[in-house]
Amino acid sequence: MTAKTKKSSTKHELTKQEEFVKNHRRHHHQVSTMRIMIFLFFLILWEASAYLGWIDSFFFASPSRVALCFLEQLKTNSLLSHIGVTLFETIVSFLLVLLFSLLAATMLWYSHKMSEVLEPYLVVLNSLPKSALAPLFIVWLGTGTTTIIVAGISVAVFGSIISFYTGFQQVDPEKVTLIYTLGGSKRNAFTKVVLPGSIPILLSTAKVNIGLALVGVIIGEFLAARRGLGYLIIYGSQVFQLDMVITSIIILCIIALGFYKSIQMIEHHIRKKFKM
Amino acid sequence: MQTILELKNIGYSYHSLHGETQALTNISFGVREGEFIAIVGPSGCGKSTLLSIIAGLLSPEQGTIVVNNPDGSLNYPRIGYMLQRDHLFEWRTVYKNVILGLEINHMMTPDRLEAVERLLVDYGLEKFKDKRPSELSGGMKQRAALIRTLALDPQLLLLDEPFSALDYQTRLFVSADICRLIRAAGKTMIIITHDLSEAISLADRVIILSNRPATVKAEMPIRLTLKDDSPLASRNAPEFQQYFNQLWEDLNNDG
Repeated sequence: MTAKTKKSSTKHELTKQEEFVKNHRRHHHQVSTMRIMIFLFFLILWEASAYLGWIDSFFFASPSRVALCFLEQLKTNSLLSHIGVTLFETIVSFLLVLLFSLLAATMLWYSHKMSEVLEPYLVVLNSLPKSALAPLFIVWLGTGTTTIIVAGISVAVFGSIISFYTGFQQVDPEKVTLIYTLGGSKRNAFTKVVLPGSIPILLSTAKVNIGLALVGVIIGEFLAARRGLGYLIIYGSQVFQLDMVITSIIILCIIALGFYKSIQMIEHHIRKKFKM
Repeated sequence: MQTILELKNIGYSYHSLHGETQALTNISFGVREGEFIAIVGPSGCGKSTLLSIIAGLLSPEQGTIVVNNPDGSLNYPRIGYMLQRDHLFEWRTVYKNVILGLEINHMMTPDRLEAVERLLVDYGLEKFKDKRPSELSGGMKQRAALIRTLALDPQLLLLDEPFSALDYQTRLFVSADICRLIRAAGKTMIIITHDLSEAISLADRVIILSNRPATVKAEMPIRLTLKDDSPLASRNAPEFQQYFNQLWEDLNNDG
C-alpha cells in the first residue's frame, strides 16, 4: 500500500518536472515568435505605407528599396569593402581599448596614490563627449584609418579603465590577505586573486565596449573617411540618396548584433571553462 | 617544552585624522612548542590585530617578539594563517587551491607535492582533487584550507575564528576535526575564538584579553581528565563547567 503511494508520488513529481520543462520551452518559443512577429509586422507596415503613399519613400525608403539598394551597392559601390573597413576599424579599436584599459587599471591598482591623483582627470575625460574631440584628431592625425581608430578608442577607453579599476577594487580584501599569509607579494595578489576574480567584470565591460568602439568609429567615419559605413551614411545624406543611408543603418544594426552575440559566445565559453 | 615565541609588551594603535585608537597595550605571553593556545576576549578588542602582528602582517608599534628556535637559529618561525573563511578560489580546482602556497613560493618540489598528495589521501579529499570548491561540504572545504596551510610546512598555525562561517552543528564537528588533524601533524597552534566552550575543549591554555585597549587579563591552563579524547567528548569532562564559569567571570569582571 505504502509502496504504491510512493510510486505514484514519484510519478506525480516526474510529471510536475515535465510540466515545468514544457512550460519553460513554451515560454521561450512564445518569446521568439513574438520577436519575429514584431519584425515582420514592422516590415509589412513600412512597405505598405510606402506603397500606399502614407509616407514618402524618397525620404523614408521601404524594405524593397533597401533590398534593391543593397544589391546595387554590392555591385557598383563595393559595399562589402565598406563593411569590411568599419568592421576592421571597430575590432582594432576594441582590442586596443581592452589592452590600454587593462594596463592602466593594473597600474592604478598597484599604486593607490596614483589612482587618487588621477581620479578627477579620469572622471572629466570619461564624461567629456568624445565627438567634440574628433575635429582635433583630424587636425592632428589627418584623415584616415588612424584617426578613426583613435576616435573609436577615445569613446570607450576611459569608461573601461574606470570599470576595470572598480572591478579590481571589489575583489574581497580577505582573499588578498590570504595571498600575503601564504608569503605572496603584491604581484602574486594581482595575478592569483585580483585578475582571475575580476573576469566576470572584464567580460561585461568588454560587452559594453564593443558597442562603444562602434559608436566612435562611426563618428570618426562621419568626419574623416572615404570608406566605411559611416562615410556611406554621410555621403548618402549629402547626395539625397536616403535609401543608401537607411541601408547602411540597417547593416550597422546587424553588425552591432553580431558583435554582441560573438562576445556573448566568448563569455559563455570562458565561464564554462572557469565554471563561473 | 621549549618556548618558541615570546611576545614582550606588544602595543599597537590605529591612526586616523580623528585621533589614535589604542588596540593593544602591553601584551606579553610565551608560546611553547606543540602547545594549543586559545585567545578569547570581548568582540572588537583587537584579537585579530594581535594575530596579524604574530603572523608578521603588521609590525608592532611597541614591544618585541623574541624567537627561540629549537635549533638555536633566529629565524622567525614559519607561520601558517587560517582566516575566518576558507577562501578557496572557485576558478581553481581543489588541487590547484591546496598547492597555491607552493606555487607562490616557487616550492613545487616533488617531495612537497608528495606531502600534499599524502595529506589529500589522509584527509579523504583525493577523490575531490579535480572538483571545484563549491562541490565540497563545509567540513571538506576547511580540510582543503588546512592542507593549503600545511603544504608550506609551518611550525606555528594561527587560526582567526576559522569556523565562524559554519553553522553550529557543522562547526562542532569541523573544529574538533581540524584541531585533531593539527595535533596529529605535531604543530603549535594559536586560535582566536569568541566561543568559550570551543576554547576550553580545544586548548591547553586560554589567554583572556581585556576590553580595548586589549591587554592580557588572565591566563588559564586547561587540564581536562579526558584530554586525549575528542574535543566533543571533552565538553562532558567534569572540570568543563568549572573552567567555563571561571572564564566567564574573568571575561566579565572589569577589575
